[in-house]
Amino acid sequence: MNQPGKLPRSGLGSLVLIAALLGGVAAAFAYTAGWLSPGRLTPERMIEALTPPSGAPLGHRRNHAKGICFTGVFEANGNGVELSKANVLAQGRYPAMGRFNLGTADPNAVDATVRVRGMGLLISTADGEEWRTAMINLPVFPVSTPQAFHEMLLASASKDPEAVKAFASANPEFAAFAAWAKTAPWTDSYAEEAYNSLNSFIFTDANGSDHAVRWSLLPSAQPILISQADLDKRGPDFLEQEIKERVWAAGPQTWTLVITVADPGDPTADPSKAWPKGRRTVQVGTLVVHRIEPERDGPCRDINFDPTVLPPGIRVSDDPFPAARSSVYRKSYDLRAAEAKDYPRTEGGKP
Amino acid sequence: MTNPPHRFALLQRLLHWLMAACIFAMLFIGVGMVSTVTPKYLALVLIHKTLGLVLLALVLIRLALRLYYGAPPLPADLPKVMKLGARLSHQMLYALMIVMPLLGLGMLWAADYPIVLYGGVQIPALLPRSDGMHTLLWNAHVYLGFAFFALALLHLAAGLFHALIRRDGVFETIAPLPLLDRTTPAE
Ligand code: HEM
Ligand code: HEM
Ligand code: HEM
Repeated sequence: MNQPGKLPRSGLGSLVLIAALLGGVAAAFAYTAGWLSPGRLTPERMIEALTPPSGAPLGHRRNHAKGICFTGVFEANGNGVELSKANVLAQGRYPAMGRFNLGTADPNAVDATVRVRGMGLLISTADGEEWRTAMINLPVFPVSTPQAFHEMLLASASKDPEAVKAFASANPEFAAFAAWAKTAPWTDSYAEEAYNSLNSFIFTDANGSDHAVRWSLLPSAQPILISQADLDKRGPDFLEQEIKERVWAAGPQTWTLVITVADPGDPTADPSKAWPKGRRTVQVGTLVVHRIEPERDGPCRDINFDPTVLPPGIRVSDDPFPAARSSVYRKSYDLRAAEAKDYPRTEGGKP
Repeated sequence: MTNPPHRFALLQRLLHWLMAACIFAMLFIGVGMVSTVTPKYLALVLIHKTLGLVLLALVLIRLALRLYYGAPPLPADLPKVMKLGARLSHQMLYALMIVMPLLGLGMLWAADYPIVLYGGVQIPALLPRSDGMHTLLWNAHVYLGFAFFALALLHLAAGLFHALIRRDGVFETIAPLPLLDRTTPAE
């Protein structure tokens, strides 16, 4: 033992050692947190790229910012049991809640200016299992990877007129989306759209066999096609008014949930690649939308339709998007929940 | 106690080092997962939630052991302020070990986000959905997480200061194996 209050000869060396160790651990921590890697694609950077020049939509989702809530039920017919042991596919009626939305970061966008329409959906079973999904009306996703999605956002926000062209030639899969956006017909109702998972997931049946799948909600309502110019005349928020009036006047709106099963070798990791026509499909049930509520005080407001919240019997595949989306949606949720004062509830609205 | 121990009980020492490793892992996983959009995000979050709740259970056991066995006294020649600093920092470490997992749970409950651990274990929600509560708990989890890291570093430095510079036997009271225990102050 040393004399109290007197440093041993090795004191200086030990101090240096301790300082070096501390510095090393702190540096490793900073590296892990991404503070030393300006090139790392973080959720923050993805959200920065989504933010319009006019500023972040405070209190709102950082993408698909404009939307309206619905509640209803999912009526499973039991056919899904051969694909997945998830309780929500066993024959029965399960509470459903969701949100019709537009693929824009602007909560005040004019409806006729937004090509992509979406649906967030949450189906729960009595035992507390939940299936959350967020789907859009595109037939395939514009890009193959989350990195390419980020580059696409940067290119479309760029002032350089060549940026989008350069992006499109570096990412040839983008052409399919560009063609769809130009030529696909518009409908005049959320109720007339099909909503597609685009991402691939794995269903596991009761025997433990895996099936790679994608899913779609196909509308029962007959799509009525309309030109963009005519849409424009309908007013900036006509989609929300229309769905409210339709459910009120015509009653519940329904969609059939169709599961498409991949053949071996179908591309599951790339949502920009459609699976060949003729793949096996299974109709597993019907989504019935009973009630429409404004988002401001509605049940969908503070829900994160994170596509990785899945019941036992469904899990993510090698598709990199659901994980990326989960990470970015979490960050978007953290931000908008903290900004509630910028999007106040109406008097009497419950938090 | 009439007869204070001169080092922590074996179980206390083992738990200290097991938890030290896991808590550093939790801090690194925490900042690593929130800064990535790669597929490992999902695995890291799953580990973070599962390990975080295992640690909550372990710290309760550890506190019970602490109450039962007590702790060896600090060397008599240690300056008063250092003794006070040691006591306060240990209390803060215990508090953080308890509070951090509770904040993590509460934050997810307030966001109406189901908590499913490794192996499919579901944790039922005990808080209603609330954006204000979510924001409060989220901020606390993030900032106390950084405070935890800073305090753990300080504690590590202090431990090494005792081991390498003061060589006063304090490190040996918690050293995992008696083999390392060559310089107990009692000798
Ligand atoms: C890496 C790619 C993607 C990024 C960065 C991204 C980003 C976002 C963000 C930040 C939100 C708001 C989340 C919230 O605050 O709750 C959102 C919502 C949404 N996204 Fe994505 N997204 C991506 C891919 C996709 C894909 C592949 C689909 C469809 C197949 C999709 C469909 C939707 C829908 C429907 C919503 C609205 C959900 C709701 O109503 O809350 N997104 N997205
Ligand atoms: C994050 C990780 C750590 C935590 C949460 C932690 C926590 C604690 C706590 C609460 C005590 C007080 C025990 C009691 O009085 O009941 C303690 C004691 C101790 N720890 Fe740690 N510790 C960590 C890491 C480390 C490391 C890396 C070292 C290495 C130098 C270390 C060295 C010590 C020593 C020497 C003591 C004994 C102090 C005494 O005799 O009063 N700890 N630790
Ligand atoms: C010893 C226990 C724990 C420690 C030391 C810890 C530490 C951390 C740290 C350092 C972060 C990153 C903060 C940031 O940079 O933004 C984090 C994030 C997070 N932690 Fe923990 N954590 C613990 C327990 C838990 C538990 C038990 C849960 C849930 C059951 C949890 C859920 C989360 C979540 C969801 C995030 C992401 C927060 C967000 O940005 O939305 N943590 N944690």
